[in-house]
Amino acid sequence: MSYTELYRDLVDLPGALLPIFHRIQERLGYVPEAALPEIAHQLNLSRAEVHGVMTFYHDFRSAPPGKTIVKICRAEACQAMGADALVEHAEQCLGTKMHSTSEDGSVTLEPTYCLGNCALSPAVMINGDLKGRVTHARFDALISEAKGVNP
Amino acid sequence: MTRVYVPRDSAALSVGADHVAAAITREAAQRGASIELVRNGSRGMLWLETLIEVETPHGRVAYGPVNPEDVASLFDADFLSGATHALSHGLTEEIPYLAKQERLTFARVGITDPLSLSDYLAHDGYKGLKNTLAMAPADVVQQVTDSGLRGRGGAAFPTGIKWKTVLGAQSDQKYIVCNADEGDSGTFADRMIMEDDPFVLIEGMTIAGVAVGATQGYIYLRSEYPYAFDVLNQAIAIAEQAQYLGENIQGSGKTFHLEVRLGAGAYICGEETALLESLEGKRGIVRFKPPIPALKGLFGLPTIVNNTISFASVPIIMDKGGAFYKNFGMGRSRGTLPFQLAGNLKQGGLVEKAFGLTLRELVEDFGGGSASGRPIRAVQVGGPLGAYVPPEQFDTPLDYESYVGISAMVGHGGIVAFDDTVDMAKMARYAMEFCAIESCGKCTPCRVGSTRGVEVVDKIIADDNRAANIELLRSLCDTMLNGSLCAMGGMAPFPVLSALNHFPEDFGIQKKELAA
Repeated sequence: MSYTELYRDLVDLPGALLPIFHRIQERLGYVPEAALPEIAHQLNLSRAEVHGVMTFYHDFRSAPPGKTIVKICRAEACQAMGADALVEHAEQCLGTKMHSTSEDGSVTLEPTYCLGNCALSPAVMINGDLKGRVTHARFDALISEAKGVNP
Repeated sequence: MTRVYVPRDSAALSVGADHVAAAITREAAQRGASIELVRNGSRGMLWLETLIEVETPHGRVAYGPVNPEDVASLFDADFLSGATHALSHGLTEEIPYLAKQERLTFARVGITDPLSLSDYLAHDGYKGLKNTLAMAPADVVQQVTDSGLRGRGGAAFPTGIKWKTVLGAQSDQKYIVCNADEGDSGTFADRMIMEDDPFVLIEGMTIAGVAVGATQGYIYLRSEYPYAFDVLNQAIAIAEQAQYLGENIQGSGKTFHLEVRLGAGAYICGEETALLESLEGKRGIVRFKPPIPALKGLFGLPTIVNNTISFASVPIIMDKGGAFYKNFGMGRSRGTLPFQLAGNLKQGGLVEKAFGLTLRELVEDFGGGSASGRPIRAVQVGGPLGAYVPPEQFDTPLDYESYVGISAMVGHGGIVAFDDTVDMAKMARYAMEFCAIESCGKCTPCRVGSTRGVEVVDKIIADDNRAANIELLRSLCDTMLNGSLCAMGGMAPFPVLSALNHFPEDFGIQKKELAA
């Protein structure tokens, strides 16, 4: 398949590469390896440059994520309110480690460094929704809710 | 018809503001009460979120923190007429946390509907631009210089001087770039401005464009802020519609276009030259300076790169004059800073005050002490590259120079408190680890130094040749401080050394050994 249709309107933007990656990931959930040569061709860049940019940024995934994406803030303000323990709890109850997806493909767990909700820490983001004051019990409830929405 | 306010700020949403709003609408309909629900910004008293307000003849009355299950009892207590309730805080403006602040940049935040241009105009919005359009460009730059405003992103470079350089640069195309890559833990002022008063940022950038002759602006926004992205895009569309952006702004003949671009999770892109690389569609690798971005910035052309709060502070300066703004503050730190109280504090939130107050006032008076009820042991000021300040230094006035004097930095005004359960050796290790994860890799002191730093701290913690490794850590920090290309590697040693110097016992050494 051709991926160009996903981002044809962005090709002429100055500095188009990040907007293109964002668009592809928004539509497909990740940026397939096969899309890179096409993008390089469209933007008149080398494949190495496109690959370099894609892999530089933490956001862009090269493989499909789980149905529910859970990001837990690991930065200082959240650490001050027990984020490390929350990460342990999350890894245990989701059955997956940070930076990985559970075997059944239901959840991807990722670290993030600040969600800008530092007065209501610990903070997490579930499928793009920001959550604050996340106790272990609230985490469990939020996960059940998210999985209910995306069974 | 009673007006009820429920914030739409993402901090409020993160604790259920949408559910509270829905419950109020439902309950009002059931009881036949006539209400107008306004989704305002947050007042910044974040520990009270969801903080709802009711408009009464005496002013707005606050209730919080409200959960959906509290809504029925609020109606029972007749909160629509401002009656008392267990969650009542009386008149919002009289709550000491808010009443003691000096809100200039955040004057409208929490009061207005962020996406109502008429609200913005009714609360002094676009007065600064109006004055700007009637002035010569050099006079606009002079006002900003006279205000004493310094870069609010943390580096504290005088904004007016940067603008003057771009004004003087000869080029057919210049750019205005807003650094909205607010990646420091403990900071959320940029996010609140963008979500809760987006027009003030748009106005500030427009003033910059008009002042230096730039017709294109970009807001480089971190991808962790999806709500801000939506609000900004809506606000830009509204401003375009009303001819506050685009061609011939308000009939002046001036042009300014504005676009929001998303980052992609790289902390280093908060560094201005890495940000410019990223905007150009490249890896966020730090550039050598010189040339400075004011002369060779975005796509090699003259560019103003300012932080969100710097731009958002310009409209009030252009409305009330540089002298008005300069009247706040102390020493060479003029005006106000929106401090952000975060981490282990009872009353976290946003406190805009003139420079010169102390950390003790922020942490104890505003913050109310720790959330856990335990003693506060350390406060990190100015983000992950800022020093850990011990209670003995809580009385140092918060201004740029005084903080440099204690080997710390005010930075962006982020305040992260830790109670006495914190392990400062672990925090020092984290500072190095974070630097290793986020280093752009261009210079060796940062790229290699941070990884070696993690290893050395691990050895110190494990009591592996401790004395020698502490010496090695200090030497490594010295190399990073003096040899790094940008503030990432150049400042990561601050949290490490401050942890080591103020809390040596956590590294297994006594204070007197350290002195010897």
